[in-house]
Amino acid sequence: MIAEEKYVFASETKRKLIVLGLVGLALFVLGIFMTMGSEGGHGGKGHASSAEITKNLVASADEGAAKEHGESHVTAGAAEHHGSPTWLKRVYTSLWQNNIFFAGIGIIGLFFIAIQYAAQAGWSAPIKRIPLAMGHWIPFAGVLMIVLWFIVKGDIFHWTHHDLYVPGEGFDPIINGKSPFFFWPLAGGTFPFFFVFRMVLFFGLWYLFFTLIKKHMLAEDIEGGNGHWYSMRKLSAYFLVIFAVSSSVSAWDWVMSIDTHWFSTMFGWYVFASWWVTGLAVIALIVANLKTAGYLKMVNGNHLHDLGKFIFGFSIFWTYIWFCQFMLIYYANIPEETIYFYQRMKVAPYSWIFFANLFLNFVLPFLLLMTRDAKRHVSMLKVVCPIVIVGHWFDFYNMVTPGVMQGNGGIGFLEIGLGLVFAAFFLYVVLSNLSKFSLVAKNHPFMNESMNHHI
Amino acid sequence: MDTKNYLVGIFNDEDVLLQAVSNIRGKGIKIEEVYSPFPVHGLDEALGYKRSRLPIAAFLFGMTGTCTALLMQFWMLGFDWPMIIGGKNHVSLPPFIPVTFEMTVLFAAFGMVGTFLIVSDMKPYRWPKPFDLRSTDDKHVMAIDLGANHLGKEEISSILKSTGAEEVNEKNL
Repeated sequence: MIAEEKYVFASETKRKLIVLGLVGLALFVLGIFMTMGSEGGHGGKGHASSAEITKNLVASADEGAAKEHGESHVTAGAAEHHGSPTWLKRVYTSLWQNNIFFAGIGIIGLFFIAIQYAAQAGWSAPIKRIPLAMGHWIPFAGVLMIVLWFIVKGDIFHWTHHDLYVPGEGFDPIINGKSPFFFWPLAGGTFPFFFVFRMVLFFGLWYLFFTLIKKHMLAEDIEGGNGHWYSMRKLSAYFLVIFAVSSSVSAWDWVMSIDTHWFSTMFGWYVFASWWVTGLAVIALIVANLKTAGYLKMVNGNHLHDLGKFIFGFSIFWTYIWFCQFMLIYYANIPEETIYFYQRMKVAPYSWIFFANLFLNFVLPFLLLMTRDAKRHVSMLKVVCPIVIVGHWFDFYNMVTPGVMQGNGGIGFLEIGLGLVFAAFFLYVVLSNLSKFSLVAKNHPFMNESMNHHI
Repeated sequence: MDTKNYLVGIFNDEDVLLQAVSNIRGKGIKIEEVYSPFPVHGLDEALGYKRSRLPIAAFLFGMTGTCTALLMQFWMLGFDWPMIIGGKNHVSLPPFIPVTFEMTVLFAAFGMVGTFLIVSDMKPYRWPKPFDLRSTDDKHVMAIDLGANHLGKEEISSILKSTGAEEVNEKNL
């Protein structure tokens, strides 16, 4: 009954991906030149407007409290513009945003598998090889993240500047108070040992668990039996505990610390929700395309229905988290918190993305995937999944960029081109690894259950 | 109240039952209803049931709830008794969302339950008339309305027996 299948990474597909990457690269280079050309008056204006916003916001707050915080805000705004030229900052920001976005998709591949084993799920047995292939992106993302961090830190991470921690003109009491989070056990303003240590540790742990689970998944194909399944369930449970902590902390580290003064207790969940629903959409999109190409004969409407429900449900979950974060900050109206949304809702290039974000990631998936039929058909998933993926790319854009670029940010060929380069690179790694093992886990203990899956 | 004349087939095994349902329907006999002590996968397809339209009703009830909640809050906080809460405008959308969400869920849930009760003719003091009490224990019960079928009692009875019914009873309800 179980047909052996192996994905063939055809040269046609390879060529398409390479073309996609090259088009992205061309757009990226074009974008750099366009940004370099339009630099000048634009930069100064943006700077002024963002500093003004900060001042206005702070002025509206209680006088006593505003004094201390306000000064640090204004110095923050000023200090951040003594870095690289605007075009280079845009390149850095875009690289960082894309890497976090795609790293998340890779990690979600592993997370999805872990959830399936820990929950003893049967339905997903025939599609587990796709998230496994996505997990192969983890080492690439890890190396890129660490290398990139050392290149972009001065421009993206305001807290890396030494003078913030030295009593004097640039001293920032708020950031200084947070210094152990970055620099422990070293002194503030030196090498951020704790931060880099966490980055290496998280990617190391994720890669370790990925290798272990992959080893068992592939050994099961050859040896069969239930032993591997039990081992994987145990590994998955350990991984989920580790991921629960590391996903949250990595969100603070890599995304939230860009806006160093600002904090939100929802942020770990917010980044996780965004990653998770994007990862699910990528899984569903790859499954849908493989299905159209004639692979995955065992996958039928019932399995697609489950994937569709996942995307539908977690789009709403993401919105719920988004709203929880927004609502509390909106209602409490504390200047050092509202500035985050002020920068995103009122500053030129970000405001339309702010609202498009909700439209693409909530309204469209909610309405398009509501009916049973929509979730059960490849054609609808092929419409909704790209919307969700692009929507969450914008979501990460708006998490990363405003804090770095202030009023000088933009979205153009540069950002879109780099996104395409990353997408092509990611898909190339995923698909070439998918072709290296059997597409069907033929000895999976739940394969029979999955074939009789009926909802 | 006029009574209808039914033939009631008792089945012991759900696989036999599924086979019997498609055989009997294949012979052009209309099955009124099948009662089983547990859900049998594929039975609704075998019986040719159309998908329930309850989700559509749920969506409409939900939308009604959304509109009711928004209008209620606009009217109450904007016009009937304007109050400044937390320094916000009288009418501001974000604080309305939680109430809107709750009302949507409430209307959808109550509307669905009410619709279901009405459609399935369940109301207080309407006690069920079971064809065979064993359908709540360990037997599957298939009811065929003789009045709705062209074939005679004897023929249907023998078809029921040949498709695996353990016993065939006649019942007036």
